[in-house]
Amino acid sequence: MNNQQKHIIISARDMVKRFGHFTANDHLNFEVYKGEIFGFLGANGAGKTTAIRILCGLSKPTSGEIKVAGLDVYRNANEIKKNIGYMSQKFSLYENLTVWENIRFFAGIYGMRLKDINAKGRQMMERLEIEHLRNKLIASLPTGWRQKLAFSIAIFHEPQIVFLDEPTSGVDPVTRKQFWEMIYETAQNGMTVFVTTHYMDEAEYCDRVTIMTEGKIIALDTPQQLKKQYNANSMDEVFRKLARNIE
Amino acid sequence: MRIIAQHITKSYGTIKALDDVSFLVDHGELFGVIGPDGAGKTTLFRILTTLLVPDKGDAWMNGMHTVKDYKAIRKILGYMPGKFSLYQDLSVEENLKFFASIFGKKFDKDFALIKDIYAQLAPFKTRLAGHLSGGMKQKLALCCALIHTPEILVLDEPTTGVDALSRSEFWDMITGLKNEGITTIVSTPYMDETARCERVALVQDGHILQIDTPARIIESFQRKLFSVKTNNLYKALTDLKAFDSAHAVYPFGQTIHFVPKDEGLEKNKIQEYLVEAGHENPEVEPDRPDIEDCFMELMRNE
Repeated sequence: MNNQQKHIIISARDMVKRFGHFTANDHLNFEVYKGEIFGFLGANGAGKTTAIRILCGLSKPTSGEIKVAGLDVYRNANEIKKNIGYMSQKFSLYENLTVWENIRFFAGIYGMRLKDINAKGRQMMERLEIEHLRNKLIASLPTGWRQKLAFSIAIFHEPQIVFLDEPTSGVDPVTRKQFWEMIYETAQNGMTVFVTTHYMDEAEYCDRVTIMTEGKIIALDTPQQLKKQYNANSMDEVFRKLARNIE
Repeated sequence: MRIIAQHITKSYGTIKALDDVSFLVDHGELFGVIGPDGAGKTTLFRILTTLLVPDKGDAWMNGMHTVKDYKAIRKILGYMPGKFSLYQDLSVEENLKFFASIFGKKFDKDFALIKDIYAQLAPFKTRLAGHLSGGMKQKLALCCALIHTPEILVLDEPTTGVDALSRSEFWDMITGLKNEGITTIVSTPYMDETARCERVALVQDGHILQIDTPARIIESFQRKLFSVKTNNLYKALTDLKAFDSAHAVYPFGQTIHFVPKDEGLEKNKIQEYLVEAGHENPEVEPDRPDIEDCFMELMRNE
């Protein structure tokens, strides 16, 4: 990412989310810049999913001041949804629809007109070199293709931010590497990438990383700085040191 | 040999899940089956645990045939399926008592095999299994799989979706069981976990790509490899891919692994190429391959 003018695209001030007596997000404070690859790490149950749901406009915070793409999460949740893309390994495409049907379906949900979908969809399939797979069911595609297509569909409506929730879980290393190349390319073109992962080596691909435990952000910096600060050789080591300290 | 698999083949319709898979696991060994989703790991484990019959080939667990002697095999196996399969509406303690009683045993928290693992679960013993965190669920499932003193432990992706710290703790537990003389076969999609096994089979698309110790797999990587660092990683990646000396170019965190076609390529040639492409002071150093480099090279040769 360029270090020129940092344009803030997500800001969270004292973001709190409670479920009954349980505090899932406990005064989170962070900013994400335009064109940044922002890694969101944490142990199981640390509160990452809760935070992402709020940032995507799917869940209202208990308190705090949160803006996504300049929009307020309390008042403009629906507007936020139009400005973001979302993809996870668990759910991305409909397996019993064809490649083209998936493109049309998701683009339609985001309000794109059929004329635009047709033109842009053709371009996208050309770029991915999958024109011959147009009428094939997703279920019949190899994982590598599915993964690339799912990502391309998540950013098809040109959102300002794309949220990736464990996008590479269980895929082979070649696909995983190719996927990260697509992420780099996307960020290079100015889109903001917000990503969670359990692969600690993937944390090293991020411009900045937050680490959450028990509802709180306990570290937020570049991977280089975090490794230096915690005297560690890898992000895996940083993560294990931090998560252990809390217990 | 505690586990013998010979020429195992299994298809689902037109999809070949396993294609002529053979391997041996020795007594007391910690053996890993490493590969992505869809490689055939679960199908293989279901055949070894007598839950599925292969189309072709045979397997023996402790000398017993998985089809002919399936009842006897089930008594000596501890099996942790990939999907969490304990009773979510029973407490931690109730699950343990239940699984012990199935095998005609009494649950004893001081029982040597589970003592250390149970110590971590004890604070939550009255909690419903469905309300445990991901890491704790896996620890409980491991306890349940050990409760009847199995001779062979079969763990299907016990660390998938579990955070890095819990994963590391889980591997410490499996390693600890080695001292108890248990033979363990475990699968995982996380390549970095290869290092925790004594020997591994790397699998992809129903085939075994290689079987060996982690150290020897790294050693068997035949090519030269360089780590490259620049201030614009994405541009360097694109540039290096266009380099006519490139055999393989992959991002590895904040460095790029560059594998040249030609053994004789010196690092200053790579540096010169990058400078010409507009990179300032690119760092290029010879490096050792990662297990992922090995896996990707094997995939390429398939």
